[in-house]
Amino acid sequence: MTLVVSNLTIDHGAIRAINNVSFQVATGQLTAIIGANGAGKTTLLRSLSGLKESKSGSATWNGDSILGRKSEDLARSGIMHVSDGKSVIAELTVKENLALTGLWRKDKKDVAKATEEVIELFPILGERLSQTSGSLSGGERQMLAIGRALIARPKLLLLDEPSLGLAPLIVEQIFQTIKSFVAKMNLTVVLVEQNAMGALKIADEGVVLNLGTAVASDSAKNLLNDPAVRAAYLGF
Amino acid sequence: MLEFFTAVLTSLSTGAIYALMSTALVLVWRSTRVINFAQAGQAVLSTYIGYEVTTRSGSYWIGFIGAVLSGAIIGAGIDRFFMRPIFKRVKSGPIVMIAPVVATLGLLGIIQAIVGFVWGLNYLTIAAPVSTEGLKVFGSVIAFSPFNLMVLISVTLSMILLTILFQKTNLGLALRASAYSPEIAKLSGIKVEAIRTIGWALAGAAGGLAGMLYVPGSYLYPNSMEVLLVFGFIAAVIGGLDSLFGAVAGAMILGFAINFSTTYISYKLVFPTAFVILILVLLIKPGGVFSSKKGRKD
Amino acid sequence: MVKISTNRKRTLAFVLLGWVLLIISDRVGELRQYQGSFVAMYALAIASIILLTGYSGQLSLGHSALMAVGAYAGALSINNLKLHPALALIVAALIAGIFGLLLGFTVARLSGPYLAGTTLALAVSLPTVANQFPILGGEQGIIFDIGTPPSRFGEDFSQYKWFFWISALAALITIWMLSNLLASRYGRVFRALRDNSVAAQLSGINVGRLKAIAFSISSGIAGLAGGLLVMLISGVSPSAFPLSLSFALLTGAVVTGVYNLKGVMLGGLVLVAIPEIAESVVSRIGGSEGFTTTLPGFMVSALLILAVLFTPNGPGQLLHHHKKKH
Repeated sequence: MTLVVSNLTIDHGAIRAINNVSFQVATGQLTAIIGANGAGKTTLLRSLSGLKESKSGSATWNGDSILGRKSEDLARSGIMHVSDGKSVIAELTVKENLALTGLWRKDKKDVAKATEEVIELFPILGERLSQTSGSLSGGERQMLAIGRALIARPKLLLLDEPSLGLAPLIVEQIFQTIKSFVAKMNLTVVLVEQNAMGALKIADEGVVLNLGTAVASDSAKNLLNDPAVRAAYLGF
Repeated sequence: MLEFFTAVLTSLSTGAIYALMSTALVLVWRSTRVINFAQAGQAVLSTYIGYEVTTRSGSYWIGFIGAVLSGAIIGAGIDRFFMRPIFKRVKSGPIVMIAPVVATLGLLGIIQAIVGFVWGLNYLTIAAPVSTEGLKVFGSVIAFSPFNLMVLISVTLSMILLTILFQKTNLGLALRASAYSPEIAKLSGIKVEAIRTIGWALAGAAGGLAGMLYVPGSYLYPNSMEVLLVFGFIAAVIGGLDSLFGAVAGAMILGFAINFSTTYISYKLVFPTAFVILILVLLIKPGGVFSSKKGRKD
Repeated sequence: MVKISTNRKRTLAFVLLGWVLLIISDRVGELRQYQGSFVAMYALAIASIILLTGYSGQLSLGHSALMAVGAYAGALSINNLKLHPALALIVAALIAGIFGLLLGFTVARLSGPYLAGTTLALAVSLPTVANQFPILGGEQGIIFDIGTPPSRFGEDFSQYKWFFWISALAALITIWMLSNLLASRYGRVFRALRDNSVAAQLSGINVGRLKAIAFSISSGIAGLAGGLLVMLISGVSPSAFPLSLSFALLTGAVVTGVYNLKGVMLGGLVLVAIPEIAESVVSRIGGSEGFTTTLPGFMVSALLILAVLFTPNGPGQLLHHHKKKH
């Protein structure tokens, strides 16, 4: 079970957003894609979940091409994308948000079980089930978005900036939670982050994007110790 | 006093028919972000089908089912085979903003022409299943008939059913999620396009229902739903376009305003009242009368 | 070499076109003259839609009602104020323009669906309102008599030629003025408005006011076209301004290309040709009364849809793209 992205190129109108990017993620591994704002991280992720058309190159999951397929089909085949901006539907309640990924699943018993597990993972959601999601705090929304994805029992999780706009303490908590459930559920994860330090700390591998091009690709540990990466992205 | 009482009742039953049209417009607006002007055409076509079934079977109720069902099928078909290709084809240029609306107008014209071609331009009518004679209250006849009562009951029932569908079923959850955020719905594995087609089917059914409840008290001809479309639109705007509850409430406000101004001031005021209300709402609360953060939840 | 300014060139082109039309009008029969007057009237009405939709990004379904406003204003000023017919046409444009300004200030700043629906409501309700005022003549309406051509044109100068001269002249002058306006600073501002109203707002343009002004000018032109229309049919009544007229104008504009004034005559020709074609189809294959009366509407609507599907940005745009590519 691997995600293989090779020579992927994506245009944003006249602008090249992603230029000839290649990387691989092995099963059960967490790869962090880091880079500054505007590096093309979100665009890359959106093409992997069918939200954005690519220009050339390929991306396969377990050997099957995933480019150009419909988002809902990819979601149903186990590729869950948690988009940025606290992707919850504010008008729906917490319970309804969680139910979305269970609507189409045949195994309703497992849906119930998965929902219980998610509430165990994020107990705060259990207390807020009948509130509208619009009333949640930023951190709670992020938990809800991730929890909703987990109920689909995904194999590949695409996380877009889970730390965006959260207080440092909450960020730490979210990263730790991600690390714990990834290990427990044997998930393959692509984590896109501006918070390079936090992301690399929990990642196995890392890819550094700069203006749409992959400028470095190595194990997370090596990247953390790389002086150039430290200077450019980690701030010391 | 009796006059007042009658005005209240007629307001309710005309408001109920407007509510069906405004609900239909809101259902499509929420899912597709288009004011579906073809709704008048869809409604009239399914009512003609209802007329045909009624005449052939001799039963209003079979015709009623025929109209509602055909309305649903026509609505779904239009979304699947007409709107979808248009959204796919027209992607660039400044016309993108107006193309879908213009397309629904063209469709309205086509449907009206086809209806005129098939059924002619005569004024038809469908006999009501219950009396359309005004009820007798304390010895005097009021302008509210058993049929008006039936209209009121049918619309109330269908609104209850719609509410249950939206609030209590999985399909309703998928409909709401797809309307509020198509992207998150897709990423959650919901087939948003198919769900949208279901929304169009519901809207179409509401149009057929509106026609079968409107025509026995009026006439059926190719343009007969244009006025209802306009009133439905105004009601939807009063309610804020996005909310089903608002659509029904807006229709009732409009129904009361029209009936009271015509009862107490002048029978000439039907359109001026509606138009003044529309302009007032647009000037004072362009987001709809119920537009607060809370009001967005239906 | 003396450089001729684009404005001069444009004026020259209009004078030339007018001269050509004048010559043509002498050589064709009365039916063609009459149809020519309709082409000019429609071209004018389509120009008003193009100004609104193509240049300021607003969609109006209510132009049939605005034409009716102009038509009634013109008729009343001839019948009741005994104004000269030429003045009556100017009054038609002015009153419709003022009406449009009032309406524009209320609705023009609204976003697409609201504006479209509101103008639709206007198109459906205004004719029924007109029905209820005795001064407007109810269902029968009132006459609109422009009078016979001046005797100095000679005995042979027919009423139809007179119609054609008036319509063509009115259309030429108005469209000339309009194209000058669009070539000016205002034209650029209007386009900025259409393409990106947020950016326009940021660069200090009062979007609401400008949209209202565009709406008002467009209404004025529509009012003039309405006056011409009822001149051609000698009377004004609610039934002369059905909703389908608004649709027809929209079709004419989309077929012409909503972003191009140059094609308005083509749009006018199409609108005049459609009933003709429909009639010849019916006379050839026969058909019921329903078929005869619904065919033109069907053709207009089908054309509208086809134009949106295949040349959404107008035939001119298509040509333009090809040029760019090669």
